[in-house]
Amino acid sequence: MNDPSVDAIAVHKLAKRFGEVQAVADASFEVLQGELYGFLGPNGAGKTTTINMLTGLARPDTGKIRIAGIDCTGNPKAAQHLTGVVPDESNLYPELTGFDNLCFCAALYGMKKEKREPRARNLLERFGLADAANRKFAGYSKGMKRKLTIAAGIIHDPQILFLDEPTTGIDVASARQVRQLIADLHRNGTTIFLTTHYIEEAERLCGRIAFIVGGEIVRIDEVANLIQPIQEKHVTQFAVSNLGPSLPGKLIKAFPGLIFKALAGGLIRVESDTPIGVGPLVRFLENQGAEVNEARRIQSSLEDVFVRVTGIEAGTMRKEKEKKAGGGA
Amino acid sequence: MKWWIAFWNILVKDMRAYYLKPPNISWGLIFPLAWTGMFFIKSGRGLESVLSVLPGVMVVSILFGTTSMLSVTVTFEKKGRSFDRLLLAPIPLELLMLAKTSGAILFGTANAFIPIILAAFLTDLSQAAWGAVIPAIILLAVTSTFLGLFIAVSVSEVFEAQTFSNFFRFPMIFLCGLFFPIERLPVFLRPLSYVLPPTYGTDILHGAFGIGHAIPIPIDFALLIVFCIGLFFLSLRNIQKRWII
Repeated sequence: MNDPSVDAIAVHKLAKRFGEVQAVADASFEVLQGELYGFLGPNGAGKTTTINMLTGLARPDTGKIRIAGIDCTGNPKAAQHLTGVVPDESNLYPELTGFDNLCFCAALYGMKKEKREPRARNLLERFGLADAANRKFAGYSKGMKRKLTIAAGIIHDPQILFLDEPTTGIDVASARQVRQLIADLHRNGTTIFLTTHYIEEAERLCGRIAFIVGGEIVRIDEVANLIQPIQEKHVTQFAVSNLGPSLPGKLIKAFPGLIFKALAGGLIRVESDTPIGVGPLVRFLENQGAEVNEARRIQSSLEDVFVRVTGIEAGTMRKEKEKKAGGGA
Repeated sequence: MKWWIAFWNILVKDMRAYYLKPPNISWGLIFPLAWTGMFFIKSGRGLESVLSVLPGVMVVSILFGTTSMLSVTVTFEKKGRSFDRLLLAPIPLELLMLAKTSGAILFGTANAFIPIILAAFLTDLSQAAWGAVIPAIILLAVTSTFLGLFIAVSVSEVFEAQTFSNFFRFPMIFLCGLFFPIERLPVFLRPLSYVLPPTYGTDILHGAFGIGHAIPIPIDFALLIVFCIGLFFLSLRNIQKRWII
């Protein structure tokens, strides 16, 4: 992939159906060389199916896939030497040690012993696993397993790395380390295709993001472009108790220039094109018998964009995934 | 891409992780020993019957030696998703599956020599046609490995692979002429004998040990080769169809 004008990944009208379920529908996107591309969506959105089709673990029903300019649609093996894959669940060999697992994965890519052993040691050191190098993978903690799985994905120094939910189900400290490792890989020029349901993770790491819902890509843009229209809005959030059912309606009537949203837990979100003073709103709410406990300005984030574009509450998506993974980052 | 590095490392990994473990070695030793002892005692004809039961015991050893671990090395790895790691590697599927089955072929071949070594202490094997015995052992090991592979990739659960293997293995002991001549089987069962690959390997071994064979040896070899190729490509087709969905 020496030609910089060639996309690292180019997908055209990719589709996959499992029985009655349309897992991926007409997905088209390009990932540039050296880009860290985010693929964001809830459970069952089609993220893993897309990665499986791109890497050769699933056959697309229709569409075209090019990896580093190589047409892989009918022959996924053609570009597998250029790619590394970190699946959503660690799939290394429990009976092998960390060091042996890395050496074995390197051998699958044709690396000779004199190259793979120093590379494995180097990665174990870099991922903070040197002390556990000779322990069996089965005895590793979740965070250690995740890190070793990422190390196995990059053991052959791939040009393109597919990362499927890399921080799901691991502790906060390990997740932070993994994010740092991803950022370092990106800095070193690796093209990264990252699927995640952690919106803040995608916001922090990715250059461009695609939102996928129900198998369809609903929006693709740079993070800055996605957030900008929302950041131009001024958002204030009130935490209110004794919120009567008619109060939101009364607010809309009393303040016609503002947009009100009643959220769960007695929260009211107010959006405006210009800065607003909170005094009149607080007084109005208190006159209506409500008690205002807090009023604060909200910095708009990618999460707001996601909710707006997909209609899915980010918190719900996160809880679903963490329940499935049995942990949380 | 140096494919031989991947091939060699898959083979070595499987040998270390599965085949050379003490329980499996003991199974490999005890099983042929038990069968040999059982048939000698049952025949009640003393040491002169060693040669007549030797080919059958060798085939049983090969059959069980090759097929026992395939449900673990293939079905279990697929279930645990570590097989996906192999599918993601830039190795042709044919080579990958040859690497995954080589351990079973070697293990089955080695198992066949346990009854031979035992028999060597009890009877004179100098008249055996080793030029036919050795290739027959290897071809039998390859065929029954690929039969095990075909079973392993036709199911999704380890217990299914093990049960399905027994569904083939045990009837073959009685249908393939291992201990009872096919001509003595009921007429309606005989066609079944001729669609099972061990029949031809057993026939070669009977001929090679001077017990007498029913089919010309070159035809036995040719049919075993056809079974090897057919079962291997059927297994590949199943992997493509069922595992790369």
